[in-house]
Amino acid sequence: MNKLKKITGKPLFLPIFCMLLVMAVNIVYDVSSGNFAFNFFTISVRNGVLYGRLIDILNRGSEVTILAIGMTLVVSASAGTDISVGSVMSLAASFCCMLLAGYGVSAANDLAVPLIVGVLGAILMGCICGAFNGFLVAYLNVQPMVATLILFSAARAIGLLLCNNLIVYVRNESFQFFGGYLGFLPTPIVIAAVCIAIVGILLKKTALGLYIQSVGINKRASRIAGLNSARIIFLCYLVCGLAAGIAGLVASSRISSADSNNIGLNYELDAILAVALGGNSLGGGKFNLAGSIIGAYTIQAISITLYALGVSTEQAPVYKAIIVILIVTIQAPPFKAWIKRMNAKRALEKGGAAA
Amino acid sequence: MDQNVVLTMRGITMTFPGVKALDHVDFTLRSGEIHALMGENGAGKSTLIKCLTGINAFEAGEIHVAGIQGPVVNHSTLDAQKKGISTVYQEVNLCPNLSVAENLFIGREPKTRLGTIDWKEMNRRSQKIMTDLDMNIDVTQNLEEYSLALQQMIAIARAVDMDCKVLILDEPTSSLDDNEVAKLFRLMKQLKEKGVGIVFVTHFLEQVYAVCDRITVLRNGQLVGEYPIAELPRVKLVAAMMGKDFDDLAAIKSEEAPAFSDEDLLIDAQGMSHKGTIKPFNLQIHKGEVVGLTGLLGSGRSELARVIYGADRNQTGTLKVKGQEVKINAPIDAMNLGMGLLPDDRKAEGIIGDLSVRENIILALQAKRGMFRLLPMKEQVEIADKYIEMLQIKTASRETLIRQLSGGNQQKVILGRWLATDPDFLILDEPTRGIDIGTKTEIQKLVLKLAGEGKSLIFISSEIEEMLRTCSKMAVLRDGVKVGEITEELSQETVMKAIAGGGSDE
Repeated sequence: MNKLKKITGKPLFLPIFCMLLVMAVNIVYDVSSGNFAFNFFTISVRNGVLYGRLIDILNRGSEVTILAIGMTLVVSASAGTDISVGSVMSLAASFCCMLLAGYGVSAANDLAVPLIVGVLGAILMGCICGAFNGFLVAYLNVQPMVATLILFSAARAIGLLLCNNLIVYVRNESFQFFGGYLGFLPTPIVIAAVCIAIVGILLKKTALGLYIQSVGINKRASRIAGLNSARIIFLCYLVCGLAAGIAGLVASSRISSADSNNIGLNYELDAILAVALGGNSLGGGKFNLAGSIIGAYTIQAISITLYALGVSTEQAPVYKAIIVILIVTIQAPPFKAWIKRMNAKRALEKGGAAA
Repeated sequence: MDQNVVLTMRGITMTFPGVKALDHVDFTLRSGEIHALMGENGAGKSTLIKCLTGINAFEAGEIHVAGIQGPVVNHSTLDAQKKGISTVYQEVNLCPNLSVAENLFIGREPKTRLGTIDWKEMNRRSQKIMTDLDMNIDVTQNLEEYSLALQQMIAIARAVDMDCKVLILDEPTSSLDDNEVAKLFRLMKQLKEKGVGIVFVTHFLEQVYAVCDRITVLRNGQLVGEYPIAELPRVKLVAAMMGKDFDDLAAIKSEEAPAFSDEDLLIDAQGMSHKGTIKPFNLQIHKGEVVGLTGLLGSGRSELARVIYGADRNQTGTLKVKGQEVKINAPIDAMNLGMGLLPDDRKAEGIIGDLSVRENIILALQAKRGMFRLLPMKEQVEIADKYIEMLQIKTASRETLIRQLSGGNQQKVILGRWLATDPDFLILDEPTRGIDIGTKTEIQKLVLKLAGEGKSLIFISSEIEEMLRTCSKMAVLRDGVKVGEITEELSQETVMKAIAGGGSDE
């Protein structure tokens, strides 16, 4: 009993529990439909690359995971969300493809500039957008939702402008690498892992995590204690923009094109959801990066499970919503308090019976 | 049950993680009495009140309220209010961005026939409430437009207006000046006549003896006893609270003011100011000197210190530290020059509520080191433990969240935060507000000890006696102007005269 309590009290318990639940559903499905019970976990090698549902989740979930890293920091430091990340992804992709194909060209097989220029372009564009958001929130005290609403609506249009209203195709193998394979592993998995590692090390080896949480909990007190609160908030938005830039690069490489209207569509919502699923308060302050990352992969796992169950693409959001409602309810403080009360009551009854 | 009794609490017990906050505490309140609830920090006063008002759930015990059958368990403050129990807390818990009228009627707004809020009626009634209490303010202004003291009075007005049988005042006077305290006391006596039972929690002994009829004393979560005021003289009360006889206060006495030479000059402010809060002032502070800033609330005593520290931007004049002219753009610049500021508003500018005691203690030191030179965990633990022990901070562990500590212990953590940076110059703005007499004494002793080590301090307090004991020089402020300095003949009388202003009295 006590041991159980210890485990359920851990901050990462719920995100992991949710993930396991999704996996369990997969197993039940596979068993009931007469497949191999652990189909979900089976990883095979086909054509020299890894293949399997699990790999698919890790691969397809990379963009949201990268976004969730930035989003976690933004939520913690400013008690607000950056709703522009999906659009910024699209803008970064457009800028990247425009550079690589050359302005006005709708499809290119050869790169107009070295690949690295396009890659850095996407990242730079993400940073510029992040800096813009950060400036508005940190220095002009605009509410995060309003500040990021600007790029939420404008970034896609700017992207279209850059691409001359075309869907720019870059059918070049070196560019397709970012959405393709690195050895036997899908490259997006590697990119996401590198992003997680870099931010993880930064949080572990520097005081960044303490600073961000401190500012998120009490901005004024943090300033008196010597922190540059505005600069820290700015930095978080910058990182969030950077993450969007990287995610945009991956997303456009996957489809070898910059489809301004569709890249990163609704990704901001998944990123915010990932943060919430990770057990982080959207009210800012304390955060748990690992939770957000598990949350991001959980969202992807839900989508892929639904497809595996044969739910049509059009219907999937309905089921996804139901699952999300369940998961979020389990994590809600009033629900936790209710469980606690029930447990106390049961313990009381048991104690009474013993006496 | 006695006819007069409006509230009884029996055997109230509750535990916080690792600490028994209340251990079978009894409390009885009669109608038409002002009942002081006394005890040191962490004695369980606030916890007991939170149990009564439904903020904390207690584990054992019973509460009875006159006119209600059976034991009462409140689940929220709203619940308690419905049963006639109203509370005004230590820190003002109102909404600063709503108007005074909205704050007075929040949750019980007068409605029109259409079910919308009747603003006219609300404002009219609010104005009447305020006028009845001798406060002539515009109720349509936002609450934040008014001083902390006025906000406190408004919070009390709100509680009073809700036809309560039991009114709980938790440290209501800690941010009021004498005039306002007198006003509040008049109000309390009025309510007493009407038969309201008032629970009065305060650290000011004088105030207890000025208005109260009865005293209940708690210590370490246990009931020490309930006494009629006449049977418990001051010395006995202090002894009951501390659990020992107590003459430590007398032991504190600063020695004769030592002479300071210009070579020892640490802080030299010439013509510094911040628009709207403090007019240009000069101030010199020497090594090892304790300078008191005194004046009424809102006189600019806090603001003066904030300008030196860079919490508010200096707009004119110059600041020299150790003879070097410096420019301070943000608190971190001041910290790098060896300064520290313990702000007066602990909740808004002091604690980082959701961080642990350890993180709160090392925060300023870590900020000074910069983001990339993270203090190793081992050192963090050592520093935290050192100050928890040195300042006798009562906490379940160093990893306990600071918001779970009592007010006085939170203050000690913030003090530890600054001591950890080893400052040359420390500004303490109301370090003793809302904390118990034992801790107050410790802090005063600490101030003298730090001065003895050659550190300079600014000490700001509403209690002149405290400053007389610790300061060797006092600067007097009035209406945002530094009007003078007193270095000789520091006494209550001279200081009071200086604060009130010389010349003809009105």
